[in-house]
Amino acid sequence: MKIMLNEREEIFGKEKISVSDMLLVKKFSFKMRIIKINEVLIARDKYDTTFIHDGDKVQMLYLMSGG
Amino acid sequence: MRFSDIKTHLRKFRVGIAGAGGLGSNCAVALAKCGVGTLVISDFDIIEESNINRQYYFTDQIGMLKTVALKENISRINPDVFVIIHQKRLDSHNIPEIFSGCNVVVEAFDSPEMKQMIIETVQLKMPRIPLVAGSGLAGWGKSEAIRYRKIDDTLYICGDESSEVSVDLPPMAPRVGMVANMQANVVVEILMKMK
Repeated sequence: MKIMLNEREEIFGKEKISVSDMLLVKKFSFKMRIIKINEVLIARDKYDTTFIHDGDKVQMLYLMSGG
Repeated sequence: MRFSDIKTHLRKFRVGIAGAGGLGSNCAVALAKCGVGTLVISDFDIIEESNINRQYYFTDQIGMLKTVALKENISRINPDVFVIIHQKRLDSHNIPEIFSGCNVVVEAFDSPEMKQMIIETVQLKMPRIPLVAGSGLAGWGKSEAIRYRKIDDTLYICGDESSEVSVDLPPMAPRVGMVANMQANVVVEILMKMK
């Protein structure tokens, strides 16, 4: 499947992938983040049970300390 | 468009500011100078000497509540702005209540946990209310790394999204001010498109 991750095309060899697995596969280890799939925010406790499908638009942003 | 017309337009709106530290105090002042009608500012901290190097406070305000001091400073800059202050530790329960009626909310917290909490809360519980967040402002230089990203119509992020505050990379006035003013600029842009 092909998705858009932060405006860049990403290809995964699966039909769907959970948010948690996508983070593992992409080695995104930084903990504090926000993820939106097709403009819908995915709560932290839903990463295991929410799946990304072909054509989805995924947006991820990192939250750094300081304000 | 003349500044007087811009000001008249911005006067109709209410903006929530979550946190009155480096991002919140500077962003609030910029919005007050533009003439945003109402600012709802929430913070529970008091001003410490170490805050003065980047936050919009004065040495004779050390020891005061940030909200009270910021309201005073804004009234000296633009007395037409209506400032509502809350001395509360914000959480997912009180955020929708405190910022109800706001046309835009600015995230101006220090800790990434709190940033994540307010973004999740506003996005999930206050649908359609745009949130302007800040992430990545520590240190100096790297002006070119500071950017603005529109995630969608309800979420905007300002900052370099990479530099984290530490002992050797403290938050400093120039970069904190750049991100705070960038947040204010995004708020103005959003409000100028609203009827």
